Amino acid sequence: MADIPQYRRPEARSQPDYLWPTYVSSRKRAPKKPLILLPHSLSEVTGPVFGDDAVAATDSDLTTQHDGEPIGERIIVCGRVLDDSGRPVPGALIEIWQANAAGRYRHKNDQHAAPLDPNFTGCGRMITDAEGNYRLVSIKPGAYPWQNHANAWRPAHIHFSLFGAGLLSRLVTQMYFPGDPLMAHDPIYNSIRDDRARQRMVAAFDFATAIPSHALGYKFDIVLRGPDGTPMETTR
Amino acid sequence: MGPFFHLGLTHLNRHSLAPDGTPASHILSFHGHIYDADLAPVPDAQLELWQADANGEYFDREYAARAGAKTFTGFGRVPTNENGEFHFTTIKPGAVRSRSGGATQAPHISVTIFMRGLLRHLSTRIYFPADPHNSADPALHAIPADRRDTLIARASETEANKFEWNVVLQGESETVFFDL
Repeated sequence: MADIPQYRRPEARSQPDYLWPTYVSSRKRAPKKPLILLPHSLSEVTGPVFGDDAVAATDSDLTTQHDGEPIGERIIVCGRVLDDSGRPVPGALIEIWQANAAGRYRHKNDQHAAPLDPNFTGCGRMITDAEGNYRLVSIKPGAYPWQNHANAWRPAHIHFSLFGAGLLSRLVTQMYFPGDPLMAHDPIYNSIRDDRARQRMVAAFDFATAIPSHALGYKFDIVLRGPDGTPMETTR
Repeated sequence: MGPFFHLGLTHLNRHSLAPDGTPASHILSFHGHIYDADLAPVPDAQLELWQADANGEYFDREYAARAGAKTFTGFGRVPTNENGEFHFTTIKPGAVRSRSGGATQAPHISVTIFMRGLLRHLSTRIYFPADPHNSADPALHAIPADRRDTLIARASETEANKFEWNVVLQGESETVFFDL
């Protein structure tokens, strides 16, 4: 009898390699020696726990964090955080950050010659409810250029950081928007070799989430590693 | 996670893991650098720390209910600065006993590392020099003997309770990273 919950290891092609030479920044930062397989212990199945006090009500609405409204296309992103057996993950802390509608981050190192928006910071936090649901209100981020290769542009994306049940569930990923022509040219998006796994980073446009005359809607479910269970058929 | 993660993640920075009221003589101070393949310091990384308390117990909702709100949580988050250096303070974790009679783990701090250029985070651990539990620790045993030192902090020869631990991402002296 095992003393701790058992976690499956992810399928190799569903996760990026560390060394991905077309993503230039990985070349000198990716380890080259083989990783050491670590038998899971209490140290990995446990992890940080955050209460509702980690998040304020305004943290999930990036359009109301300033006196005025930010420029851009209002969006609502909602979805569920599930484990890889299909069970909801309640109490998961989600942290997000993104560029403004012009493709500029409010960060001292962002030198892109696009305007900052005095009414937009671009960061948010949410805790999933008992059914694993979250809801984010924001504006659609713009694409922006970067220095990876000639005429390189990142597709529009929102960064997501998640804490699930333990260290094994920790995930940092990016959400993309359906139909963005820049995705095909993006080495970060294409670092996931399995096509179906890659598609899981793309939100689905969703009229049911939209608010008529106010905001467009997207659905974005996120799957974290979880304790072993009966796998459910994936729907996407 | 790109170069701009501070925007979304700084709010949860925790440089001090020691619970309020910990006697100064029990507070350990860690510092170190993260280096790339050229041994150039990495100024845009973030480390997350996770450790047990002095009794080897991990924080969870039951622990919180028992100990009250203002307590040890075992979580830290620290960025590297413009010189690629990080620092944090904490208490020494206890040895972590198995719940099923398996091997006891030596005191350690689990470290998760994020930065631009890493498409997935890296997982490693910090161990304490000359700890009697190290020789029987299952994770240290899984590592080739000539690489174990990369996970063991170095105690300062001049200052009590001060430790240095560096990360080398790639190359001859590469730090051991775990496949979780």
